[in-house]
Amino acid sequence: MSDVTPTGTSTTPTLADVVVIAAAEAFRGDGEIFASGMGTIQTLAARTARSTFEPDLLVSDGEAFFVGNELPIGGTDKVIEGWIPFRSVFDTVWGGRRHVMMGASQIDRFGNTNIAIIGSFSKPKAQLLGVRGGPGNTISHATSFFIPKHTTKVFVPKVDMVSGLGYDSVAGLSETARRHHRLPRVVTNLAVLDFETPDHSMRLVSVHPGVSVADVQEATGFDLVIPADVPVSRAPTAEEQIVIDRLDPRGLRHREVS
Amino acid sequence: MSRDKRITEDDAIASLSDGMTIGIGGWGSRRKPMSLVRALLRSPLKDLTIVSYGGPDVGLLAAAGKIRKAIYGFVSLDSIALEPHWRAARQSGSIAEPVEYDEGMLQWGLYAGSLRLPFLPTRAGLGSGVMDVNPNLRTVTSPYADGEELLAVPAIRLDAAFVHLNRSDQSGNAQFLGPDIYFDDLFLGACDPGHRYLSCEKIVDSADLLKEGSFHTLRINRSMVDGVIEAPNGAHFTTCEPDYGRDEKFQKAYATAAADPDDWAAFQQRFLSGSESDYQSAVQQWKAEQ
Repeated sequence: MSDVTPTGTSTTPTLADVVVIAAAEAFRGDGEIFASGMGTIQTLAARTARSTFEPDLLVSDGEAFFVGNELPIGGTDKVIEGWIPFRSVFDTVWGGRRHVMMGASQIDRFGNTNIAIIGSFSKPKAQLLGVRGGPGNTISHATSFFIPKHTTKVFVPKVDMVSGLGYDSVAGLSETARRHHRLPRVVTNLAVLDFETPDHSMRLVSVHPGVSVADVQEATGFDLVIPADVPVSRAPTAEEQIVIDRLDPRGLRHREVS
Repeated sequence: MSRDKRITEDDAIASLSDGMTIGIGGWGSRRKPMSLVRALLRSPLKDLTIVSYGGPDVGLLAAAGKIRKAIYGFVSLDSIALEPHWRAARQSGSIAEPVEYDEGMLQWGLYAGSLRLPFLPTRAGLGSGVMDVNPNLRTVTSPYADGEELLAVPAIRLDAAFVHLNRSDQSGNAQFLGPDIYFDDLFLGACDPGHRYLSCEKIVDSADLLKEGSFHTLRINRSMVDGVIEAPNGAHFTTCEPDYGRDEKFQKAYATAAADPDDWAAFQQRFLSGSESDYQSAVQQWKAEQ
């Protein structure tokens, strides 16, 4: 619904602007929780959501503080409204008062993600970041993803190591252990995807302007669920565009997707 | 007057033996006890188990071939996402026993260790690759009506612990003045008495501890510490806010050198072949050249 281009949008937004607002939409309706972003686009998305349609969100400076004012990417003029050292981050994660947007080097059709390694664990072909907080995040609260290059190398039939749990990985757990698992949205340079299907396999939600449904399927290493009618991802409203420009005055978002 | 526990880095390292489990405080490239790590690099100690929210500590020890087993939440330089020596060590398979945990699991293991419990339960890790690559991990069933199956993170006990704080008195009543204590108190708590070593930027009188920070910053007391080392700039090149931030230029030079064997040999020769004071002088000279 919110992904459909609203009537009355006059300017042509850049791909990065469409991506930022699509990613910001992941936080719509979240209320008074910690909106956390791992990466430039993800951070910009959380801050854009807070400055526009989701004002109750808490956002951090990426170090140890909640920031009460509108803080541009790379900005240092902070109004500190709270303290969130790593120990409190874990408490907030396990307590469920958080929605994180992460990256992923691999993702499969049920939303298993890998940021850990390529190849075998004992002697990886490529050592990546490691699982980091992925296991705890995905089992504890909403986790969304931004992927800057939508290709069959990233969208794979099976991930090499599960750092973030997909819907099939939680299926075997106790009902109480899996009840907080939720993957609201995956945003890429081509499209918006989610898992709102009967078996939670990945579905195409919208394609970005100039991208076809076939383009997205071709860049995906498994069959997507494709509805009969796939809308075009919406542009930011004029007000949202002003906020995005204010939050990213140096245009760092354009280095992530172009 | 409390006991004077002042020692040097080399005294601390001389008390250790091969095969020990050493916990290292800080987080990534933040407030790492680097002068102790550099002293460890100078020693012949080997076959170590290192427990860390890893940064250049783990990278340097891995590159020096001192690590048999690592228990870690990650190994990162923060502004450089992956520690380059760690990448090389993992991709060559040189760490015999890599024990990779979710970040929160590592806290839980240290907390269980510090409370002398056998384990602590959590959901973090269940269903993930962490269970596959650590086949020794076990689950536990809640004895209450929910009957939930949880991951039992085993306690981590340490033979030695290294942390770096901003201030301490000579007995080990220590203070963090930056934004985060990280898990330094848990590293000390999980360690048997005897080899709990705390370095600091400056040793001050106990009566002066509250001059620079509120009582909330006094999270480490002398019952948790066996040896105190005054190590100005001892966390370099990692952060030690508010005394100094990360030396990003030097970290970049470190990471660049680490990517090439010849460059790394030159870097080692220049910065890591002498004492701690040699290191600090070499850094000053390097800075003057920039």
